Amino acid sequence: MPNIKELEDLTTQVRRDILRMVHKVNSGHPGGSLGCAEFFVSIYKEIMERNEGFDMDGIGEDLFFLSNGHISPIYYSVLARSGYFPVEELNTFRLINSRLQGHPTTHEGLPGIRIASGSLGQGMSVALGAAQAKKLNNDDHLVYSLHGDGELQEGQNWEAIMYASAKKVDNLISTIDLNQQQIDGSTDDVLPMGSLRAKFEAFGWTVLDIEKGNDIEAVLKGMKEAKSLTGKGKPVCVLLHTVMGNGVDFMMHTHAWHGKAPNDEQLAIGLEQNVETLGDY
Amino acid sequence: MKTYTYTEKKDTRSGFGAGLAELGRTNPNVVALCADLIGSLKMNEFIDENPERFYQIGIAEANMMGIAAGLTIGGKIPFTGTFANFSTGRVYDQIRQSIAYSGKNVKICASHAGLTLGEDGATHQILEDIGLMKMLPGMVVINPCDYNQTKAATIAIADYDGPVYLRFGRPSVPIFTPADQKFEIGKAIQLTEGTDVTIVATGHLVWEALEASKALHEAGISAEVINIHTIKPLDDKAIIESVSKTGCIVTAEEHNHLGGLGESVARVLAQHKPTPQEFVATNDTFGESGTPAQLMDKYGLNSDAIQNAVKKVLKRK
Ligand SMILES: Cc1ncc(C[n+]2csc(CCOP(=O)(O)OP(=O)(O)O)c2C)c(N)n1
Ligand SMILES: [Mg+2]
Repeated sequence: MPNIKELEDLTTQVRRDILRMVHKVNSGHPGGSLGCAEFFVSIYKEIMERNEGFDMDGIGEDLFFLSNGHISPIYYSVLARSGYFPVEELNTFRLINSRLQGHPTTHEGLPGIRIASGSLGQGMSVALGAAQAKKLNNDDHLVYSLHGDGELQEGQNWEAIMYASAKKVDNLISTIDLNQQQIDGSTDDVLPMGSLRAKFEAFGWTVLDIEKGNDIEAVLKGMKEAKSLTGKGKPVCVLLHTVMGNGVDFMMHTHAWHGKAPNDEQLAIGLEQNVETLGDY
Repeated sequence: MKTYTYTEKKDTRSGFGAGLAELGRTNPNVVALCADLIGSLKMNEFIDENPERFYQIGIAEANMMGIAAGLTIGGKIPFTGTFANFSTGRVYDQIRQSIAYSGKNVKICASHAGLTLGEDGATHQILEDIGLMKMLPGMVVINPCDYNQTKAATIAIADYDGPVYLRFGRPSVPIFTPADQKFEIGKAIQLTEGTDVTIVATGHLVWEALEASKALHEAGISAEVINIHTIKPLDDKAIIESVSKTGCIVTAEEHNHLGGLGESVARVLAQHKPTPQEFVATNDTFGESGTPAQLMDKYGLNSDAIQNAVKKVLKRK
C-alpha cells in the first residue's frame, strides 16, 4: 500500500515548485500544471515501472509521453523529484542556456524526456510508435501519454485514435486532462467536443473516467484499473476530470491562468495555501 | 545622415490587430479566423465589432486553412491568425494545395515569429517560415518592421488579390515609421543614404540596422539602410541600385540564413551584379528559451552583429 500522506506531501511540494518556477521568469503555464499534479505524482511514484537512471530506449520499463508540452513545470518538478536530475536545476526553468526549456525537449539532453512537445496534437502518434516498438521488442511494459482536452481539437489526434484501435495497440494508456479549459475560454465556448467517452468508444477504445482527478487515492485507483485493462486488444483512454489551477484558490476553475505567471503578492498567497513539505529547491 | 528617433514602443502584433479592426469597419468582405489564440493575435477589437464575421476554429490550424480557402469561394477575404510556427510548417500542405496552388485570396497572418517570442522556446520559435512561404509559387511574403508599418501592411493586403503571408512578432519595438506612410507591397524603403555599404533588413532587424548605421557613422562608415518589408516579390531594382553605389551588402533578418531574405538577395545579386555579401541571420540552428534581448545577442541578431558584419564585408570589397 502506498503511503498516501507521503504522496500528498509531494503533491503540495510540486505545486510550490510550479508556482515558484513560473513566477521567477514571469512566464509559463501554471493552470494545467497544477491540475495535473496528482496524476504526475501518482504515475511516477506508484503506477509506472521505471528503471534506475535514464535510457532513451527505455527497454524493460514503462514510458511516459507528455503531449500537452506547455505543462512542463509539473513535468520538470516531478522528474526532478523522481531523481532524473538535481532539484536545484528547477531554478533554471526557461532561462537562457538551460536544459529546462519552456516546452520539453530532447535537444538539451534533459534526462526523462524522450520527445519534444509544445506544438500540440503530436504526442499520441509518438506514444503509439513507442508502444509498437515495445511489442516488436517483446517488451511487455506499458506506454502512458497525457493530452489536454483542448488539444484534442487537433486532427492528428483522431488519426492516432483511429490507428490505435485498428492496430490493437493495447499496451497504451492515453490520459486526457479534462479540465474543460483552454486559452480563449472554456472548451465549450471555443469548440464544444460533446462526449469524449462516446467518441473514444466509437473509435474502439476502452474508456475509464476518473471523476476525482485531484484526489490522489482516486487517481491511484483509476490508473491501477486502467493498467488492468491493458493487454486485452484495445487501447485504454482515461478521462481525468481535473480542475485547472487546482490548489491555489484564485487560479481554480478559470482559463485565465492557463499561461500566466503570478506576481509577487499572488505567489505569496499561493505558497501560503501550499505549505512547504519536502523542502523548496 | 538622416537619423530616426521614437517616442513609443509597441508590439507589431498590435499593429496587426489595429489594422484588422480598421478593415472590419471599412471592408465588409473581410472575415477573420483564429485557432484559440485571440488575445495573442490582438484580434479582440475586430471580434467585438464584427462577431458574425469571426470564426473561432479551436486548436485546429489545418482545418482553419481549409476553411479560409473555402470562404474565398463566395468572395470573402479571410485573415487567419495563429503563431508563425502553426501558420506555416504545421499546415504547409493545406496552404500549398488549397490556398497557393488553388490561387485563393487568403491572408495568413502570423505572430510570434522568430527568436523574440522568448521564453516559450524552440518549439514555438520558427526561423524557417520565410523560406517555407517564399518557395510557394504566387505567395507574397511580408515582414514589417514596427507597429505602424504592420498596421499599414494589414490594411494594404486586403486590397491585393492573392495569397499573402504576413509575419509579425511579440516584443515591443520602437515605432519609427510614419503613421500615414502608405504601404506598397514589393517596394523597398530607403531609410538612410550611404556610400560605403548597403544594409538590407527586414522585420525587427530594421531598427537594429538603423542603430548600427548610427554607430558606423561615428566610426566614419557611411551605411545605406534599406527596409525590405516585402521579401517576395523582392525589390530587385532597389537592391541593385544601392550596391552599384556602395559595392557591398549586409542582409539582416530574424530567420535562418538558409532560405531567408539573405538568400533571396544573393540570388538577385549573383544574377545581375555579383557583390560581396554578409548575412546577419541564424546559422542553421533552432532557438531556445530566454529573454528576447538575450537570444538576439546570443544568436547574433542585433546592432552589434550588423556592425561586425559590415566591417567584415568592407574588407571584401
Ligand atoms: C499546434 C498548436 N496550436 C496552438 C498552440 C497554442 N496553445 C498552447 S496551449 C493551448 C491550449 C491548450 O488547451 P488544453 O489542451 O486544454 O490545455 P490546458 O489549457 O487545459 O492546459 C494552445 C492553443 C500550440 N501550442 N500548438
Ligand atoms: Mg484544457
